[in-house]
Amino acid sequence: MNRLAILSVVTSTLFLLGILELVRRRRLREEYSILWLFGSVIILVLSVKQSWLNWISTLVGISYPPSFLFLVGMFFIFMILIHFSIVISKLMRMNKRLIQEIALLKSSLPPEEPPQNRKEQ
Amino acid sequence: MQSSTPGSSPDIRVLVVIPAYCEERNIGSVVRSIRNLFHHDILVVNDGSTDNTGEAARKAGAITLDLPCNLGIGGAVQTAYMYAIAHGYDAIVRLDADGQHEPADIERLLEPLRDGTADAVIGSRFLGEATYRASFFRMTGIRFFRVLVNLFTGCKFTDPTSGFFAINRHLMQFYSAQYPSDYPEVDSYILMHRLKIRAVEVPVRMYEREKGKSSITPIRAIYYMVKVTLSFLINRIGRIE
Repeated sequence: MNRLAILSVVTSTLFLLGILELVRRRRLREEYSILWLFGSVIILVLSVKQSWLNWISTLVGISYPPSFLFLVGMFFIFMILIHFSIVISKLMRMNKRLIQEIALLKSSLPPEEPPQNRKEQ
Repeated sequence: MQSSTPGSSPDIRVLVVIPAYCEERNIGSVVRSIRNLFHHDILVVNDGSTDNTGEAARKAGAITLDLPCNLGIGGAVQTAYMYAIAHGYDAIVRLDADGQHEPADIERLLEPLRDGTADAVIGSRFLGEATYRASFFRMTGIRFFRVLVNLFTGCKFTDPTSGFFAINRHLMQFYSAQYPSDYPEVDSYILMHRLKIRAVEVPVRMYEREKGKSSITPIRAIYYMVKVTLSFLINRIGRIE
């Protein structure tokens, strides 16, 4: 194993453990960890099994195999960012509904105490 | 055609809707000028203003909805549709809080709704006597959207950015589920077209705003053009709920 491969194995292992720990402590919801876990597992496997990395790189026409790892990393980062955009859009839609419902609810409540009452206290 | 006095042909319950963001200096006089002419209920949607817009509207005698955060014009008007449906109104007239729409023309917008000849009536500043004068840049924007809207709907609308319009309950019901959030006017043409809504234009008077600054700056104008064109095209192909 060359130095680059060792670095790659160590970082992706630490990353994987970090994500798992965040999920275990409930700091990260499972649904948001899936893409992170998948990405780091694939990078880890390809770093350990260099023959697989070489084979797949030749297959897609990449002459320098480790750059395929970057490709995998980029792909998952894009997927995760798109996922976030979808989640933010959904949150905005839900947030809008909540703001509207609050305004409608407030209007159906009796008016607040008139300010004169405060002077009497 | 002065007011909705009992006895006038098919009596419908009308809610006049005014979305307002930081318009404490204009809102009172706009509400009062409508109350002087008509008996319709007036609803001011205070879109998270940082000034006393809500208080000023209440003092002038309007029903007021206070949104806890600023939603943008579309979200604010949509809240009014939800209110109107919950309280059984048959029609909504929407106008601006800055006094640029002539309140006396409200009845012109309502006429086709009363007759049942249209579901949506849009007030155009370019029909009839057409006293309105716009700057070159504003006119260019309006012309651009006119071409866009007429190209995709196959109709001849003259004032696609008009925020002075009336719609009936049928369209309100749809809009309360789905309404563009930022700049709803142009987008709504494509939605109406796809829903086979009968939309007509009538001439109305519009003026320059009374007090305070317009929200339009060059950068925002460009953002507006791009955003509206994009969402217009997306609404053309997007899913309707």
